[in-house]
Amino acid sequence: MNETKIEVQKLNAWFKTTHALKDVSLTVPKNTVLAIIGPSGCGKSTFVRCLNRMHELVPGARQSGKVLVDGQDLHARRVDPVDLRRRVGMVFQRPNPFPTMSIFDNVVAGLRLNGIRGNYDEQVEKSLRQAALWDEVKDRLQHSALSLSGGQQQRLCIARSLAIEPEVLLMDEPASALDPIATAKIEELIHDLRATLTIVIVTHNMQQAARVSDATAFFYLGELVEHGPTEEIFTNPREPRTEDYVTGKFG
Amino acid sequence: MVLTVLGAAVLVVAAVIVAELLRVGGPSLAQTGLWSFVKNSVWDVTRDVYGALPFIYGTLVTSGVALLLALPVSVGLALFLTEMAPPRVRSIVSFPISLLAGIPSVVYGLWGLFVLVPLLRRPVEPLLARTHLPIFTGAPIGLGYLAAGIVLAIMILPTITSIAIEVLRTVPGSLREAALALGATRWEAIRTAVLPYARTGIIGATMLGLGRALGETMAVTMVIGNSPTIRASLFAPGYTLPAVIANEFAEASGAQQTGALAALGLLLFAVTVLLNIAARLLVRAVRRGPARVAA
Amino acid sequence: MKSLGLRRGVNWAMTALCALALLVALVPLASLLWLVISRGLAGLSWDFFTSTPAPVGESGGGVANAIAGTLYIVGIACLIGVPLGVGAGVYLAERGDGPLGGAIRFTAEVLSGVPSIIIGIVAYALVVLPMRRFSALAGGVALAVLMVPTLARSTEELVRLVPRSLREASLALGVSEWRTSLSVVLRTALGGILTAILLAVARAAGETAPLLFTALNNQYWNLRADQPTASLTVQIYNYAVSPYQDWHDKAWSAALVLLLLVGTLSLAARLLARNRFR
Ligand SMILES: Nc1ncnc2c1ncn2[C@@H]1O[C@H](COP(=O)(O)OP(=O)(O)OP(=O)(O)O)[C@@H](O)[C@H]1O
Ligand SMILES: [Mg+2]
Repeated sequence: MNETKIEVQKLNAWFKTTHALKDVSLTVPKNTVLAIIGPSGCGKSTFVRCLNRMHELVPGARQSGKVLVDGQDLHARRVDPVDLRRRVGMVFQRPNPFPTMSIFDNVVAGLRLNGIRGNYDEQVEKSLRQAALWDEVKDRLQHSALSLSGGQQQRLCIARSLAIEPEVLLMDEPASALDPIATAKIEELIHDLRATLTIVIVTHNMQQAARVSDATAFFYLGELVEHGPTEEIFTNPREPRTEDYVTGKFG
Repeated sequence: MVLTVLGAAVLVVAAVIVAELLRVGGPSLAQTGLWSFVKNSVWDVTRDVYGALPFIYGTLVTSGVALLLALPVSVGLALFLTEMAPPRVRSIVSFPISLLAGIPSVVYGLWGLFVLVPLLRRPVEPLLARTHLPIFTGAPIGLGYLAAGIVLAIMILPTITSIAIEVLRTVPGSLREAALALGATRWEAIRTAVLPYARTGIIGATMLGLGRALGETMAVTMVIGNSPTIRASLFAPGYTLPAVIANEFAEASGAQQTGALAALGLLLFAVTVLLNIAARLLVRAVRRGPARVAA
Repeated sequence: MKSLGLRRGVNWAMTALCALALLVALVPLASLLWLVISRGLAGLSWDFFTSTPAPVGESGGGVANAIAGTLYIVGIACLIGVPLGVGAGVYLAERGDGPLGGAIRFTAEVLSGVPSIIIGIVAYALVVLPMRRFSALAGGVALAVLMVPTLARSTEELVRLVPRSLREASLALGVSEWRTSLSVVLRTALGGILTAILLAVARAAGETAPLLFTALNNQYWNLRADQPTASLTVQIYNYAVSPYQDWHDKAWSAALVLLLLVGTLSLAARLLARNRFR
């Protein structure tokens, strides 16, 4: 495989006294998709939020260990979380478009924030096409973002993240609120995006993990139980707990 | 049944307020006519000439100054307490802010008269006079619109701040996170995600603060200089609606003057009630949840 | 691309400005409290609490009659205002979910924003005009009218904290609804209602404007409801705007007494609320 994009070493995370991640270590090669699976509350969201330093924004949250992106420690002095988050984008579990802004303004919000100039019209079209939303909204870009359905809002949020051209995209159950058609569109999108970015996606849907990812990591009670090529995890897991989970015996 | 009667007592009280105000202030207003009463700038008790304009002007100017000063401080303070300060600071600071709201207005007046006014007389007003702005001209006597505006600002600060805090708490955390995840600094997240969402509620808070400023009596009466004139300079002494009622009502020399004063009260009542209705509706709409503020 | 350094600078500056807002808000408070305490303390003496005001030029004298007057007027206000306000509050909490409840709640909210001087005019028209004299009763009526809306709102909030299950338990036992409300709910919500009353009393005791032309003022003792009566707040006002240094000192001392009175009441309300609803 190609070079390493993200490397996690002995990552621990806490919320006040809850130990949410325990000694997690793994690597994500560039231009691949890593799926994170595991039962509810096992630390999946916490894990991805450590990758763009969103975890530290929660009051009472702590962490130890190292996360390296392109070989650089995220907590090194030279790394500014603001700059980091521009490079490591994030899509949340629930769609969260800015309700006071139009569809257009939502897409360019990140560009404006980061002071990136250029042809916004072009960039909006490109991002919305990537997010498979363009055809549905091209005639009403100035409408409120809230005029969209839940699934459309989620794709708008994806377009918003893509507009600032991140190197890594973190997706926390991006399809949990979507219907099968919208889900299929997003899976297709993930497939295409692999060419330009590295993706970490949290999902509860085993088939989805199997369909979109190159590697899969199974978390259980804050521990990384197993991590390997997706095919192996689903067909021939080493750990009995992984097998139980992917075959639906628990969780 | 008994409970319903007691509940309706609030409505009865409201009806009594309106009826009594109309009874004492209505005839005088009807006689002069609303418009000629409002636009008449002369208030001369000895000649029985009663015009409301100097008081309306003074009320608007002092309240305007108060809003101008209090709004940025209140919103900044509310943002600091909800978005920036660690939770510990928040809980420590909320107590003195609530204290500020509980101090009787006559005590604010006392402080304004003996602390603020001397301070304005020297050095503040002479310094402001150097700007040569028309609103900062004339003798720096201390008593006047500026003093009243500053005291009012201090008094409405807790009102606006506490409602603004309440409004900011309704902003979904997911919006803040959305902005931060796009690479916004904390302030940029506030500017792009938090403030636009909270705007309607903050406007409501401001209107409630304005309502309080318009009707505040004692503190203003003690520092505004009580002169029924209209001046452009904020240094000049003026008068407000509640202040003139406070000063002249008890010693009104006749039914005419009492009637005119009550008519001023009626005006003030109408304005503050309308303002409060509008503000409450706004704040309520925001409180009702993810208000569709988008429109 | 905007420089990250610049953006960080703006972020820092705005944070500093907001922190400065905190300072700006606290400075007047600190100054006010400090002056009331330091200047007020000097004039406090046994005499100050036990005698009536001395004429201009004479030393000594106190605000005993004004303290008594404030308590007296607020007492009258409570007699009228508390049953109405608390009753309305219980109604709102218990039955206030319909349109009538909504109207009452909204009216109470709007009324609480009506300037207190306006209420003074109303009490003047209601009591002073027919009686043809200023009186403690008129002052009490004014403060009562001020109390009702706020008391109704805070009582409602505090009564709503009483668990629903308690009421349902009582209803299930076949107790009529009206008695349920009164006995079960009021007994358990008593602490809350007491809190609301204490807060309303604290607020009423600090009012000046509605007393100016209702209770007026009095240099002597008075405990007749139909006579002008002194109050701490009006006394502070008169002392403050007088031209005499001696009276200014008395204004500060009286302000200290007033703050202590109001502060004690609010503190008691706070403690009561904390003990009940922890
Ligand atoms: N803000 C928080 N404060 C305290 N504890 C938290 C917080 N967020 C998460 N936790 C705890 O941390 C642990 C991991 O939570 P996390 O949200 O990472 O789980 P998850 O795997 O994403 O679950 P789900 O599939 O339900 O989204 C859980 O035990 C949770 O209770
Ligand atoms: Mg999660």
